[in-house]
Amino acid sequence: MVQPATDPSVPGVGPGPGLFRPGRRTRIKEEGAKGALVAFVATVAFFGVVLTLVLTSDAWPDVQRQFFNWYHFKQAWPAVVSGFWLDVRMFLVAEVLILIISLVIAMIRALRGPAFFPLRMLAVTYIDLIRGIPIILLIVLLGFGVPALQLKGVPTSELFWGITALVISYSAYTAEVYRAGIESVHESQRMSARSIGLTQIQALRYVIVPQAIRNVIPALLNGFVSLQKDVALVFVLGVREGVREAEIYNASTFNFTGYVVAAILFLLVSVPVARFTDWYTDRDRRRKRAMST
Amino acid sequence: MTDKLVLENASKSFESQPVLRDIDLKVGEHEVVCLIGSSGSGKSTLLKCVNLLIPIDEGSIWLDGLEISSPSVNPNIVREKMGIVFQAFNLFPHMNVIDNITLGPRKVHGVSVEEAEDRAKLLLDQFGLTDKMYDYPDRLSGGQQQRVAVIRALASEPELMLFDEITSALDPELVAEVLNVIRGLKQEGMTMLIATHEMGFARDVADRVCFLDGGLILEQGPPRDLFTNPTQPRTQQFLQRIVEAGRL
Repeated sequence: MVQPATDPSVPGVGPGPGLFRPGRRTRIKEEGAKGALVAFVATVAFFGVVLTLVLTSDAWPDVQRQFFNWYHFKQAWPAVVSGFWLDVRMFLVAEVLILIISLVIAMIRALRGPAFFPLRMLAVTYIDLIRGIPIILLIVLLGFGVPALQLKGVPTSELFWGITALVISYSAYTAEVYRAGIESVHESQRMSARSIGLTQIQALRYVIVPQAIRNVIPALLNGFVSLQKDVALVFVLGVREGVREAEIYNASTFNFTGYVVAAILFLLVSVPVARFTDWYTDRDRRRKRAMST
Repeated sequence: MTDKLVLENASKSFESQPVLRDIDLKVGEHEVVCLIGSSGSGKSTLLKCVNLLIPIDEGSIWLDGLEISSPSVNPNIVREKMGIVFQAFNLFPHMNVIDNITLGPRKVHGVSVEEAEDRAKLLLDQFGLTDKMYDYPDRLSGGQQQRVAVIRALASEPELMLFDEITSALDPELVAEVLNVIRGLKQEGMTMLIATHEMGFARDVADRVCFLDGGLILEQGPPRDLFTNPTQPRTQQFLQRIVEAGRL
């Protein structure tokens, strides 16, 4: 079980090799220069063949005109970028709310004793119900449904209800991530905290949750990537974010390059976060391994 | 000798599996009682029940004449009077030594940071750990970690200390430094209830030894009687095995 700290990439340990995983990189180093050369030639040959096939196919000129048109790229760019900036802001607001609300739900779920049963039941019901509803349905329900009620003092902005739907849905999933973290903390920690007189809530706040969060940071980052894309779903409400702007451009020109612009913008944000998640997870694993030796 | 802690017919089952059966036990003021017995005999559960970390199913537990097993008693007030140290994972890994020690006094007793730290420093000095004050637990040896855990329990100024096999997870050469801490506490007159596998230590430090088997206290008495003239066949068998293993 315990691996030497200097050799973190023993084959068969950890997840399977990904293209950019450090484990893979180290393995290439082990196999020596010959292995690296084989990998390089194979990669160039593979992508060379694929590219040639695509670019020489009969349909390519049409595809290029419809999806990868430089003129339309430049035309669509300003509107899609400004729409995408709204996506980014929606993501930031929603993520902060989600991280707080889901932590509260997870802590309620972690409370023990019969006195807290009603609260626990409420938390479990919330998580079960919300996770069972497709997120797009929740967005439509709240975004179109609530403003239609015309209740006094209730916001009618689609943007507001779109973000609310995202927060409600993601909080249920993220609460489960936190719960996994809370359950991963050794039972002796809870007993130690209780034995020095801390209340259940104090034990969670000062002892359990700080360790739990550290254990689930990779899973939380994974949720970031997911939400960063799902904010685009509020386009169904007519909110003029990136995808909606691309759609508007497409409606007036019948050209799909605007969608590609939006895709590129989403990738520019999500790929670095995904790489960071992998890097962090790997560093964390190596650190734990070093500590256990 | 007045009774500090009394257990009367205390019983506990986990999913209809009895773990403690009709435990009657008295611990007098300043008395040191050791619980011995094989793993799974109920020693740990008994200590956790006394600290109210596990509720008993039947019977009662009394501390200073107050029935602490009654549901109307606030467990946090009871725990102020006793400290407990477990086999492992006692310290909070995300806090340094001094924060570990002062967390209870600061958050539970409302002591100011300065006062809590001053007291913690006195204790650290007394136990020779002053230079580890700002280290995180993963920088300490297992023995040092357990000594800090004892200090943390003492920081709330308990009148009764519970020890749950606190040397079982240690490398053999680290056991003595931890046991010496308990010997020091005995000299100060601390009342203690100790679950242990270290028979030599139990013989040496205990005023009374209880042998637990299958959730029952089969036999108890002063160590020289119990270790040299056990009356129950199970006790004889247990001690025989300990002797054969070279642990007594």
